[in-house]
Amino acid sequence: MSLQPPSSDPRLTIALSEPLSTRELEERLDEALDAVLSSRRTAQPLALGLAPLDREWQDFALHWVSVIARTSSEMAYQFAALAPDALRSFDLATAEAWIIHAMDTFDREGLYRGSSELKNLDAFIAASRSRSRAVAFEDARNVLGLFICGLAGRRLKLESGNAAYTDTETIYLPACSTEYASREQNFIVYKAMATHLWAQTRYGTFSIDPAAQLASYPDLRRALALYHYLETVRIDAIIVRELPGLAREIAALGTAAPPPQACRRVLDPAATSADSLALVGVLYDNFTPPRLSYMGTMHPELVQAVRAARIAREKLELQSGLAKILAEKSPAGEAQSAAAQRFAVNRSDPADAGGNFDLSLDGAPVALPANVNDLLQSIAQDLGEIPDDYLVPAGDGSYRDSKTPQNKAADVWQGTYHEEGAVLYPEWDYRRRHYRKQWCVLRELDVHPGNPDFIAATLARYAPQVTRLRRTFELLRGEDKLLRKQQNGDDIDLDAVISGYADMRSGMELPQRLLVKRHKAERNIAVMFMVDMSGSTKGWINDAERATLVLLCAALEVLGDRYAIYGFSGITRKRCEIYRIKRFDERYDDNVRSRIAGILPQDYTRMGVAIRHLTALLNAVDARTKLLITLSDGKPDDYSDNYRGEYGIEDTRQALIEAHRSGIHPFCITIDREARDYLPHMYGAVNYTVIDDVARLPLKVADIYRRLTT
Amino acid sequence: MTSRVTSLRDRALQPEARLIERKPYYEPLGTEIELFEAAYSSQIPALLKGPTGCGKSRFMEYMAWRLQRPLITVSCHDDLTAADLVGRYLITGNETVWVDGPLAHAVRCGGICYLDEIVEARKDTTVVIHPLADDRRILPMERHGELLHAPPEFALVMSYNPGYQSVLKELKQSTRQRFIAIEFSYPEAALEKKIIITETGLDADSAEQLIRLAGMTRNLKGNGLDEGASTRLLVHAGKLIARGIAPRTACNGAIAEALTDDPEMLRAVNELATSLF
Repeated sequence: MSLQPPSSDPRLTIALSEPLSTRELEERLDEALDAVLSSRRTAQPLALGLAPLDREWQDFALHWVSVIARTSSEMAYQFAALAPDALRSFDLATAEAWIIHAMDTFDREGLYRGSSELKNLDAFIAASRSRSRAVAFEDARNVLGLFICGLAGRRLKLESGNAAYTDTETIYLPACSTEYASREQNFIVYKAMATHLWAQTRYGTFSIDPAAQLASYPDLRRALALYHYLETVRIDAIIVRELPGLAREIAALGTAAPPPQACRRVLDPAATSADSLALVGVLYDNFTPPRLSYMGTMHPELVQAVRAARIAREKLELQSGLAKILAEKSPAGEAQSAAAQRFAVNRSDPADAGGNFDLSLDGAPVALPANVNDLLQSIAQDLGEIPDDYLVPAGDGSYRDSKTPQNKAADVWQGTYHEEGAVLYPEWDYRRRHYRKQWCVLRELDVHPGNPDFIAATLARYAPQVTRLRRTFELLRGEDKLLRKQQNGDDIDLDAVISGYADMRSGMELPQRLLVKRHKAERNIAVMFMVDMSGSTKGWINDAERATLVLLCAALEVLGDRYAIYGFSGITRKRCEIYRIKRFDERYDDNVRSRIAGILPQDYTRMGVAIRHLTALLNAVDARTKLLITLSDGKPDDYSDNYRGEYGIEDTRQALIEAHRSGIHPFCITIDREARDYLPHMYGAVNYTVIDDVARLPLKVADIYRRLTT
Repeated sequence: MTSRVTSLRDRALQPEARLIERKPYYEPLGTEIELFEAAYSSQIPALLKGPTGCGKSRFMEYMAWRLQRPLITVSCHDDLTAADLVGRYLITGNETVWVDGPLAHAVRCGGICYLDEIVEARKDTTVVIHPLADDRRILPMERHGELLHAPPEFALVMSYNPGYQSVLKELKQSTRQRFIAIEFSYPEAALEKKIIITETGLDADSAEQLIRLAGMTRNLKGNGLDEGASTRLLVHAGKLIARGIAPRTACNGAIAEALTDDPEMLRAVNELATSLF
């Protein structure tokens, strides 16, 4: 067979060479797939499959076999087996998307899911056909999240699920919306789904337990489907009243058959979920609910579990919050026993069900902290009102913030591995030419304070240089300049006036520029120092790094630039570590000084993820010029998983490109003499300096900084 | 020569020109009018705090009208120097002429000097108001060799928005502790509706939808928006709608695009507006 791949692709310039023979193919595959081949599982059938393809397709397949084999030989084998079929149905771009999709799944969920994604060719073809009109969850997620947040009510998370449903804390939406012919309509379906699920929690669909209430019907699923339909009709009516624009958009989708006459009751503005429940009885025998495209599914059991947990938690939180208010109001030790029934809660505006609450203590109004108000709102949504026993203060008045991760970084490594409390970053795989999503697990740690004597010793040792540094940096400090002979200004330039007057007397015109203006130079620089704390810095390099930081801080304090210092190290992608030495908002005090003294060599140099994290931190600072300066002693490197070499260099380069795009100027100071081989590629030709003599590092760095920022 | 000086003085606006003749439309949010009047008669300067577009400047116009004093507004910016406030010498022909700045001008004519967005001005500039803002009530003009004593009618007012100021733009304690502070916030829904209807002539239904949209954007504050839609933005949108612009277009132009440049946030705000209209 002969396939005509798109010839515009530059990778296919050798398109006219002869196809490889089965034997050549087999040899190449043997080499790449060695690890998973055996006497019973040879590369021959794979080679036979690939042999009839054109040369460019064979090259494409072999290239990806070797790329995938670096991650997983088994995946590469699966790919080689499927490639002939797949390449027949795909064009090049789709084939690449198919591979990347399967590899992402593999990275995330392992071999079984990864290979089933590979095998799932038909689904992928169908999806790629509908992609032009589909709206993917990931694309809509942020907009919908903001949309729901704007609609108010409880703050809801948005997650991708296999259908549209909610457990009252998270809204699950299908991974993509493809039902309609245009993207706009498919997005409206998403919006309608999200709004309905939000409205279910907001307007009390789950304030009763539908599964328990409907348990008496012979067919619970049918009863639940009816209840779901009636609730959808009720919420549709609410949307017509509250969000008329959205209601028109939904109507324009053309799915909504008018609800039968018998449903009248739930259209009433005063209708509640109890009305829907009652109607289930009326309609159970003689009505089959139609399906609406935005209806989703209902999972009362999930809702009940989440709701029960939340109700219990919020009761404790509210009581604890009230105890705190009480403790602030009344001096310590005053009779707490009389506290019962002292608090009372009323709606500020009884007509407004979503309005604020007024809290009173012994009849006198009390200012309501925002978090307690949120709690009251949430409880009222679940229960319809605030039960009296909720208003009894209890507990120690301390808030247990459920959002803070309980796991300390150190604990995580002792037990089985998990990623809670860490930040996940993608990593660039140059072979796939795609990111590996959520690949690196990064944590911020504190540096154990070291012996502060080191600082004093360094300052003493470099005393003359420090004085000189201070002086140079003082000169740099934005001094005001008086600009003479200006057209506009604050004051008269007498010299200019006198000479101008003389000019005028001699018959010339009086010049216009007769004023002085004060020019105020302002430095608006934020700089982030990223210090290599890898094991290779052990010894004098580490000493030089610490001395460098001491001198730098002395100079920067004079200059007044905002700066932060972070160290980085780690071992494998699951354990990337960033060490806080000085944050932007921290003063250069004894704590920082002892942390600088406490910088110790750790493990490896996975640079990409460190750059991504520090870029994010630096971007949170408001400054006109942002610098990211790396102090390093060598190439990016990590234990196992191929980070060493080209992969690490390319990932670092990609991270630096990302930083640059977000408006940060990266710069590298290194003592690696071989750095000239790879640094220009990573940082660009002018954005690095190699310092040959480690001993001179402390003096050079401040100098380089001065040069960089003037 | 005198004529030249007068013409220069003319150019710096006359106090009468700063008098507000028509009663500005203002709805009191609380006790701010009483508070301001009491501060004015006790000669205490006032600091108006609140988010943008909630009526601080309109309140000032209203109070100036009510007290029948000229209102001299200075919009502060980071190039504003002390000389810009106090005054400077200008050269005309072969002599130098002193011209009062807006602050000195307000002190002389016993007007109300309103420094809008005071945090935008540099810190060293704000210091010149210190002697005016405490019980001395004097304005030393070193360059002119004059010491101005403020008459009892003079009032100093400044406004600032505590919401979006960065650490760099914090008000110095020595400045802020000279003022009584009046806090402004967005009006309650019913009042806001009345304001929109009065300002724009919009029908009650559309006004209500605008207010609900504002509420939704205010929910987004801190979740990607620095500030929700202000009453001013609602008035803008209302005016456009009253002129026959389609409500969705009006909300996009007057509210969404005015609030944010972020494409996703823009889309979300537009989706919210689309849901309502």
